[in-house]
Amino acid sequence: MKARTLGRHFRESFKSLGRNSWMTFASASAVTVTLLLVGVFVMIMMNLNKVADDLEKDVEIKVLLELTADDAAAAQLEKEIKEVDGVATVVYSTKEAELEDLIKDFGATMGLSDQNNPLRAAYYVKAENPQETEKVAQRINRLKNTYSVEYGEGKIEKLFSFLNVARNIGLGLILALLFTAMFLISNTIRITIVARRREIEIMKLVGATNWFVRIPFVLEGMWIGILGAIMPITLVTLLYYNLYEMVQPYLKGELFNLLPLTPFLYQVNGLILMMGIFIGVWGSFMSVRKFLRV
Amino acid sequence: MISMKNVYKKYPNGIVAANGINVEIKQGEFVYVVGPSGAGKSTFIKMMYREERPTSGDIVVNGINLAKLKSKKVPYLRRQIGVVFQDFKLLPRLNVFENVAFALEVIEESPKVIRKRVMEVLDLVGLKHKARMFPTELSGGEQQRVSIARSIVNIPKVMIADEPTGNLDPETSWDIMNLFEEINRRGTTIIMATHNKEIVNTIKHRVIAVEGGLVVRDEVGGDYGYES
Ligand SMILES: Nc1ncnc2c1ncn2[C@@H]1O[C@H](COP(=O)(O)OP(=O)(O)OP(=O)(O)O)[C@@H](O)[C@H]1O
Ligand SMILES: [Mg+2]
Repeated sequence: MKARTLGRHFRESFKSLGRNSWMTFASASAVTVTLLLVGVFVMIMMNLNKVADDLEKDVEIKVLLELTADDAAAAQLEKEIKEVDGVATVVYSTKEAELEDLIKDFGATMGLSDQNNPLRAAYYVKAENPQETEKVAQRINRLKNTYSVEYGEGKIEKLFSFLNVARNIGLGLILALLFTAMFLISNTIRITIVARRREIEIMKLVGATNWFVRIPFVLEGMWIGILGAIMPITLVTLLYYNLYEMVQPYLKGELFNLLPLTPFLYQVNGLILMMGIFIGVWGSFMSVRKFLRV
Repeated sequence: MISMKNVYKKYPNGIVAANGINVEIKQGEFVYVVGPSGAGKSTFIKMMYREERPTSGDIVVNGINLAKLKSKKVPYLRRQIGVVFQDFKLLPRLNVFENVAFALEVIEESPKVIRKRVMEVLDLVGLKHKARMFPTELSGGEQQRVSIARSIVNIPKVMIADEPTGNLDPETSWDIMNLFEEINRRGTTIIMATHNKEIVNTIKHRVIAVEGGLVVRDEVGGDYGYES
């Protein structure tokens, strides 16, 4: 295909947008509604995921040592913990450090001091996969010189199962939304194209190839997708920007946080734009297909 | 140039519109196709550029065997054949100029050549001053002339016209016939279905009469042969 033919296709696609302004508006609106829904949804889901990740990262196993364990035994245990399947990091904390932490949290009111320290030295272990924490904890518990192993039993299982359910529901909803969107839009575009069925026939009868007919339609679908993405992008940006500014100050120092504005808004908006283009192009392509057999 | 052997066409509704047609048309010939309404003239013509496919039989156009021609190649066949459709088949969203230009755009002609050629043929059919108007703003005869202009704009080897004077007043009809004669003199084969007795009897050419899907008469320099 010559460059000027491509130029012609671009001009035709613009002309067609203008000459069918009503259909352009209808199709672009359908795209807008769906992309807006998808955009808001993705925004919520990605943040929920971020919060879940943050919370998960905070889950750790506290391994208390037997009082009888001397330095050599402690070093041996550390080596063994590191070799346990699924262990990511191990941090040692002496009983003096443990005491300091306790005093920091509750004050020096309990009459505890370095000379009278009933605490045990501990290892803080993080699992490679936070969801495996329980299994890893059990493995560590079997090692020699461990007095006890704590990892917030029960609580974290509940958290994890809640997060998993939330994620799956979210993913399912996004997929369902996407399919509905595609159906809706390809139908709208099909209506436009059915109206032009005769035109497509005529074009083919006077010697146009399938691509010659198809490209302007596909480009038109692309413009409709882009037009339909403008509103959702603007709204999602405004919405998230304001939400972030509002909520962010309250989350300082918390274990979890929202996704920062900069890569996130580009990602979501990029996704919305790509989806708009894809839906438009795909919808036109599929709709024009069956009228080309002339 | 065009050859049909035992061509048989049955439409999905059961109507048999071609019932064993055998015809040879040589390069440069001018052929009238006559016959009563519903005789199968349009069907006969439509099979030449593959708007309709025969149920059985062989058709060869310009050395191309239409039975074996892949769908993908059909556009290239159609570019060699200028067609004036009985129902004009103009693109409703394109104006007169754009409609005619379309036949050149599909062969990726340069805009300069397109401008020049389109204005020339519009001048020939007397519609230069209506180049910017849309089909719905034209009379039936004017639309027919746009269809004629589009069919000749890329100087095809074969021109197929289905009642090209059906909607024209006698004077314009003769103008169009002069145009066809001129195109034919330049070497283009012309196949024209018509109900116009006066034209067939005045400008003598080969006459193929079709009735009930059969060629009942094939005569060089023949008469129209029906009461009109
Ligand atoms: N697409 C179609 N589907 C079914 N039947 C058709 C179709 N086109 C034509 N026919 C039938 O085939 C027969 C021949 O039709 P055709 O259009 O070839 O006649 P014609 O000689 O061109 O008539 P006219 O002079 O009125 O244009 C008619 O009986 C018609 O009803
Ligand atoms: Mg006919």
